[in-house]
Amino acid sequence: MSLKGRDIVSIRELSKKEILEILRYASKMMPFAKGEGYSDVLKGKILATLFFEPSTRTKLSFETAMKRLGGNVIGFSDPMATSLKKGESIADTIRMTDSYSDIIVIRHSQEGTARLAAEFAESPIINAGDGAGRHPTQCLLDLFTILTEKGKIEGNKVVLLGDLRYGRTVHSLAYALALFGADLIFVSPETLRMPREVIQDCTDLGIEPKSMTNLERAVKDADVIYVTRIQKERFPDPAEYNRVVGSYRVDLDLLRHAKEDLIVMHPLPRIYEISPEVDRTRHAVYFRQAFNGVPVRMALLSLVLGRMIK
Amino acid sequence: MKKALKIPLIREGTVIDHITAGQAINVLRILGIPEATSSVVSVAINVKSRIGKKDIVKIENRELDPREVNKIALIAPKATINIIRNYKVVKKHQVHIPDEIFGIVKCPNPTCISNSEREPIESRFVVISKDPIRIKCYYCEREPDNIADNII
Repeated sequence: MSLKGRDIVSIRELSKKEILEILRYASKMMPFAKGEGYSDVLKGKILATLFFEPSTRTKLSFETAMKRLGGNVIGFSDPMATSLKKGESIADTIRMTDSYSDIIVIRHSQEGTARLAAEFAESPIINAGDGAGRHPTQCLLDLFTILTEKGKIEGNKVVLLGDLRYGRTVHSLAYALALFGADLIFVSPETLRMPREVIQDCTDLGIEPKSMTNLERAVKDADVIYVTRIQKERFPDPAEYNRVVGSYRVDLDLLRHAKEDLIVMHPLPRIYEISPEVDRTRHAVYFRQAFNGVPVRMALLSLVLGRMIK
Repeated sequence: MKKALKIPLIREGTVIDHITAGQAINVLRILGIPEATSSVVSVAINVKSRIGKKDIVKIENRELDPREVNKIALIAPKATINIIRNYKVVKKHQVHIPDEIFGIVKCPNPTCISNSEREPIESRFVVISKDPIRIKCYYCEREPDNIADNII
């Protein structure tokens, strides 16, 4: 099935073949993403970015991706400066934006918002994060990073560390890694364990994730460690946040137990969970990972808009 | 010797048979009983049958509409609905679990967009398994732990 005109709401709606198609095309986009080549393949197309929640990397990389391919961008990142403040529904905001643009990227704090947007828009919707739910483009760039850094996705031992309950990136990623046949190890504070639906998804795909509490032991024979921030904004109870914040940290001491070619990933922003001294080690790939958002989103915009570089 | 009936025959109304044992009270809750009716309602719980224990509900002077039947299907997927007129069963059918459920179950996730009163949508669930029954919110993909607790 072609990706042209498709909504990208959840990674679960993409087949392994389609994911590989996006990743392969993202490799082709690399020189264009670095500014070493120029293409105007998306000239005349308008991307609307509707960010109801703060974003740095996702919003900027979508805008960069569109502009590197000659397209234009409209949008907002402060919903309080829009008619939503007057009480307008998201459905109406989407109907209106749909008529101004060719493709819409949306982020919102409530789960399911991108799905709602897809119901009301004729243009394709790309989910840039809905609450603690899904974040498919982050997932694609994470897969792209593992593929480019390790040469393959299947067979890698991947530790997902941190806030596995509220962290939307790890929900999509756990599913996708299981789809590709990677081994999964979940390490989190007791109250922030991976939701059972996600574990069930992995099991359905034939992968039995291991849950561990000892980070040293988990890291010992890992190929990838994917670290996440404990997200204060997702906690209904601040006392619960205070109980778990600072309960894990990746530092040089921990990495002494790791394999030489272990890669450390993080969707960023990081606060405390990776010590800055790790940045200088060969393990750190999180800034390259953040850059990978550009070629991956260029690939996705091109494929969904049906305009490809020959 | 003819066995005595545990609950009496009814002249007009509905008999809901083969309700999953222990779910009769939830069936009454779904039907808004006792508030929604002034007629006689009889309930039998843990009745022995060929297929194990079951519950039975008999409601006099009321015939269930399809929407009510769909709700019952979610908590008692093997239930049968018997419409009674003049002491006779005039219609009998098994409940049917649809592939998608609209406006019947509320998403248990308080931050799901389907719980926002401002948006012009109703709740929507996709049935991912019929036996045992498992449903997933179309919007946020969350599965309710207990469907009966979330029926609107």
